[in-house]
Amino acid sequence: MKNKAKLLAYPYVVWIAIFIIVPLVLVLVYSFTEGNIHNPSSLTFSLKSYDKFFNILYLNILWKSFKLAFISTFLCLILGYPVALIISKAKAKYKGILLLFFLVPIWMNFLLRTYAWMAILSPNGFINRLLQLIGLPTLAIMPGQTAVVIGMVYNFLPFMVLPIYTVLSKIDKNVLEAAMDLGANKIITFIKVIFPLTVPGIISGITMVFMPAVSTFVISQLLGGGKELLIGNLIEQQFTVQRDWHFGSALSIILMIMILISMAFMSKADKDDEGGAALW
Amino acid sequence: MKRIKILLLFCLIIISLMVISGCNQDKSVLNIYNWGQYIDTDLLTKFEKETGIKVVYELFETNEHMLAKIESGSSNFDLVFPSDYVIEEMISKDMLHKIDFNNIPNFQYIDNRFRNLEYDPTNEYSVPYFWGTLGILYNSEEVTQNVDSWSILWDEKYTGQILMLDSMRDTIGVALKLNGYSLNSVDPVQLEEAKKMLIEQKALHNGYYVDETMDMMINGDANIALNWSGAAMDIYWQGAEHIKYALPKEGSNLWVDCMVIPKTSENKKEAEMFINFMLDPDNAYQNTEYVGYATPNQIAFERMLEENPEVTDMDAYNPSQELLDKCEVFIDLGDNREMYNQLWTEIKVY
Repeated sequence: MKNKAKLLAYPYVVWIAIFIIVPLVLVLVYSFTEGNIHNPSSLTFSLKSYDKFFNILYLNILWKSFKLAFISTFLCLILGYPVALIISKAKAKYKGILLLFFLVPIWMNFLLRTYAWMAILSPNGFINRLLQLIGLPTLAIMPGQTAVVIGMVYNFLPFMVLPIYTVLSKIDKNVLEAAMDLGANKIITFIKVIFPLTVPGIISGITMVFMPAVSTFVISQLLGGGKELLIGNLIEQQFTVQRDWHFGSALSIILMIMILISMAFMSKADKDDEGGAALW
Repeated sequence: MKRIKILLLFCLIIISLMVISGCNQDKSVLNIYNWGQYIDTDLLTKFEKETGIKVVYELFETNEHMLAKIESGSSNFDLVFPSDYVIEEMISKDMLHKIDFNNIPNFQYIDNRFRNLEYDPTNEYSVPYFWGTLGILYNSEEVTQNVDSWSILWDEKYTGQILMLDSMRDTIGVALKLNGYSLNSVDPVQLEEAKKMLIEQKALHNGYYVDETMDMMINGDANIALNWSGAAMDIYWQGAEHIKYALPKEGSNLWVDCMVIPKTSENKKEAEMFINFMLDPDNAYQNTEYVGYATPNQIAFERMLEENPEVTDMDAYNPSQELLDKCEVFIDLGDNREMYNQLWTEIKVY
């Protein structure tokens, strides 16, 4: 029986091999070579692409990407935790509806939602027209870092709320009652009991938000007007306009390593590996 | 048992269908690779009817995507529509077949202005398809001054109302032109100057966009935008007449998109038949009327001016010879691409 179950895993192993391992190896090879991509025999070993990266120009881009991703993740946490708390505390019959309200927007295409924010934030957009209507001066949010952060928070917030909500709703009511019985008030219960129990959810929420935020290129292109070049944009440009696949591959590897390092930090903080992390 | 019979019958039908459709493969095929919304598709049907050749039509988004796909060798396109400087690169990389102009008698209709241009000096590899310029789109209700110079893109009066193009060659080229240099300059000093100007300009403009520019102009999110004449014609045909196009006096870029036959082609004859078909004055007229861009086909172009006299005075469709003489065609950067790439990244970061 056990062997049969193993057999079922093979399609997935094949899938991983073809669509994850092979491309990763290709990226790794491109990053350590130079020459014509389309002529494998012309490729020679080279560290040129990595050498090129250690330049104040590119380090600046990396720093800006991490800064914006960090701010967005932090805002997602601040906004998302209370939302998760409210949903988990809601009566059973409203829970489904509240969750649905939260999930419906993600069913819409990501690009479409970002274009919608362009229409809201642009100089002649919804917000500015509203401000004009009530006689206030208009705001110049888009293009700019503020607009990019707004776009990131909006698009990635559900990834923060869902894992936290899952962990919250799994907390045993008896534990909370025990805390109350032992004389803890609501605030103490939250600080000493609820919050520590939700740390795994927070950790997986942070990773789920931070990873797409640090590598996004669509949001920064559309809401940043191409003036806020992030590492994702830089990589995208290497493969399209600038046609330097070697440098693009090296950048991807560097970004991957940076993300892995930050993930390692996170999982160290997350002693209890079950819970929210299992959701993803 | 009955089920098995039905299943067998079903298999038989499928196999025979495959055989029959296989026979159909004898019919010759033409694989075309073109920009999106860049042809009147009725013409494809017409060509299929006239010649019995089946057209397989695929789309690309940028020159670079197209080039990557052809270079990878995984395609078998017979006819591709690249822009000028890309053709030069494709010729230098030996990616193109020489075209047999004996099979294309209609080439006689091509305006002399668009023959033997720098990217294909002996005109052996390419046949012009559409052409246009780079210029300034402006909202004539908000911008009342006379627009005739690139300097308006650096005018502080219009802070927050300007859009630039997310296109390396075009944006850097404009800064070079404003300083009186060639937009093919590879002189580090001139490029450094252009870079400084473009970095300073970032405080004035509202971003580098391509596809979004048209909507933002029509919505009033911006009043001045760097863009191609084709977009201006598009806006005009859509009826937004307050948005006008100016070709600056300092000169600009003249671009020509052409038809070429890549070496991967297995149906060169059919490709040449199609080129000849597209150069037929009636077909060329139908195409320019549908797509809206200016055609290099002299007869079709003149007929366009006759039937739509209002476009005669538009810089976007029919710029004066005096202005065109100041325009340059992009030349492939070759080994200098790296320098441009670096510059462009710096402009975008700072």
